[in-house]
Amino acid sequence: MKKKHFLTLTQKRTVSGYLFILPWLVGFAAFYIRSLFMTVQFSLSSLSVGVSGYSLRWVGLKNYIYAFTVHGNFKQILTTSVINMLVDVPLIIFFSLFMALMLNRKMKGRTWIRAIFFLPVILNAEAIVDAIETAAAMVATGVSSSSQEVAQEAAGSMGIDYYINLFGNLMISRDMLEYIVGAVSRITSIVSASGVQIVIFIAALQSIPSSLYEVAKIEGATGYETFWKVTFPMVMPHIITNVVYTVVDSFVSSDVVNLAYETAFTEFNYGLSSVFSLVSTVVTCLILVLVCGFISKRTFYYN
Amino acid sequence: MLAAIKQFFSKHLSALNDEATALNERQAIYSGIKGFLLDVFRFTIILGVCYVIMGPVFGIIANSFFSNKDAYNPMVYLIPQAPTLERYQMAIKILDYLPTMLRSLAYSFALMLLQILTCSMVGYGFARYKFPLKNLLFGCVVVMIVIPAHTIMLPLYMTFRTFDPLGIVSAVTGSPANLMGTPVPLALMTALGCGLRSGLYIYIFNQFFRGLPKEIEEAALVDGAGTWYTYFFIMLRNAMPSVITVAVFSLVWQYNDTFYAKLFHLPQSMSIGTRISSLVANIANQYKIMDKTIQTLYLDAGIVLMMIPVVLIYVILQKQFIEGVERSGIVG
Repeated sequence: MKKKHFLTLTQKRTVSGYLFILPWLVGFAAFYIRSLFMTVQFSLSSLSVGVSGYSLRWVGLKNYIYAFTVHGNFKQILTTSVINMLVDVPLIIFFSLFMALMLNRKMKGRTWIRAIFFLPVILNAEAIVDAIETAAAMVATGVSSSSQEVAQEAAGSMGIDYYINLFGNLMISRDMLEYIVGAVSRITSIVSASGVQIVIFIAALQSIPSSLYEVAKIEGATGYETFWKVTFPMVMPHIITNVVYTVVDSFVSSDVVNLAYETAFTEFNYGLSSVFSLVSTVVTCLILVLVCGFISKRTFYYN
Repeated sequence: MLAAIKQFFSKHLSALNDEATALNERQAIYSGIKGFLLDVFRFTIILGVCYVIMGPVFGIIANSFFSNKDAYNPMVYLIPQAPTLERYQMAIKILDYLPTMLRSLAYSFALMLLQILTCSMVGYGFARYKFPLKNLLFGCVVVMIVIPAHTIMLPLYMTFRTFDPLGIVSAVTGSPANLMGTPVPLALMTALGCGLRSGLYIYIFNQFFRGLPKEIEEAALVDGAGTWYTYFFIMLRNAMPSVITVAVFSLVWQYNDTFYAKLFHLPQSMSIGTRISSLVANIANQYKIMDKTIQTLYLDAGIVLMMIPVVLIYVILQKQFIEGVERSGIVG
């Protein structure tokens, strides 16, 4: 008690500040920092698990060399995961911004529509997601029996390619067209991956002061100009939040993570699994840093 | 003469005016049509996307009522001709539905309470107190969001398999404890603010507390409330929107989670998610139903059963929840 009297108010507040975050601080040190070090350690050794614990044997970079030169499909899975991520992120960001613009109006049943848009976030269990993808294929073909064959048949008979070629005449390059067609065919997964992003964008749109729109109107700006000069710069900072969220989300559900999990718990090759985890995390972090750096240079901060 | 000029001007002026009103009317009609078309466009898009989201859900629900005959009849689409409840009976039996679901919910609920307690405390600490290294430590919270638990799953597994913090456990019982197959590991991690997506929740609470006026706490201080009293009885009550947001998020995600459940070998009787993922294998082994199409129907019934509590919670709380998400912003 006596010691307490010597503390100034600032010191007291510092102490209670630390007390408030203490549980997390302990947890972070015990679980995250320690585990990150252990992952690095595991990746550099061969690990065998006994009854009373595990033992490590130092093997140096052998696991890394194995992963990159010998292992059958690690490199391939890593690149496909990264490419999928890079393809999906812009799509999800633009789609959710677009939908947020659509939903940011007063209309009947607004809360219910938003509730529907948020539903995929609620139904994100692994099993449910898988079932939804199968069911989506089923609903799309309109036939209840087997899924993929029918889908291909249907696509062929409707002559999708003919319509796609029709667009080819519109001065859109072939690659761009394929990208868009691919996006449309994956619409279910894109929609279900953008629930949180839409809500973030809606909140961002609502936080734009209405005086800015009034000024734009008085100055005679068209809707198009208002969007690019007012709306877009004001939601720019939230694009970074959304990019981070999207990248992390797609990383968690990517094939690399599955590969690491399976290598560890079905093949019991713990060292190799650690290499997979570490490499994919580092790659993701690099992508995040690059993308965020690229965007934040062009971002306009209102405050 | 003057009168004539006046008349001339007024005539032309009125003609000009008429022209102007005609122009205005035309413009009004144009913008009316434009607005209408825009509304139609918006309505179509929203309806379409709603269909994309709801379609598969309806498909799953419809499928779960299909009898074998319906499943093979190509004419049947969404509405079964000979609906059956057999899928549900079987799924309920194999999943041991009610007990598993209730235990699963109770487990998620307990963890949710821990999440709210710890994360709101940490978020409050970061939002309201100044201490050295604060920015660095908050950076660590962001790192926690960015680096998923999948990266560190192996060390976590090893840690809890031979659980021996500072040698205390082995000093008491003689050997390190094996916590696999118990709910302890995740409860411990959650209590220490490292549970399922805790980083995100800390972030949400931090954003919300930063937005509350400082005067509330000053008034509490003047009235003689201590630090902890202020936090529990004043600040936490004011943070209801974000508490609801985090509550729904953590309850639902915990309930849906299979990653941690599998990693820590959570008993199947406590995690309906893992039961669902072994449902098809169970049906194939126990009842010799090898047909993929029919297996899917059982799986669909199981998934409907799993979704029911989640969707109920969501429907009841959706208004507060959506508002909470928008207000307390995951928004930076």
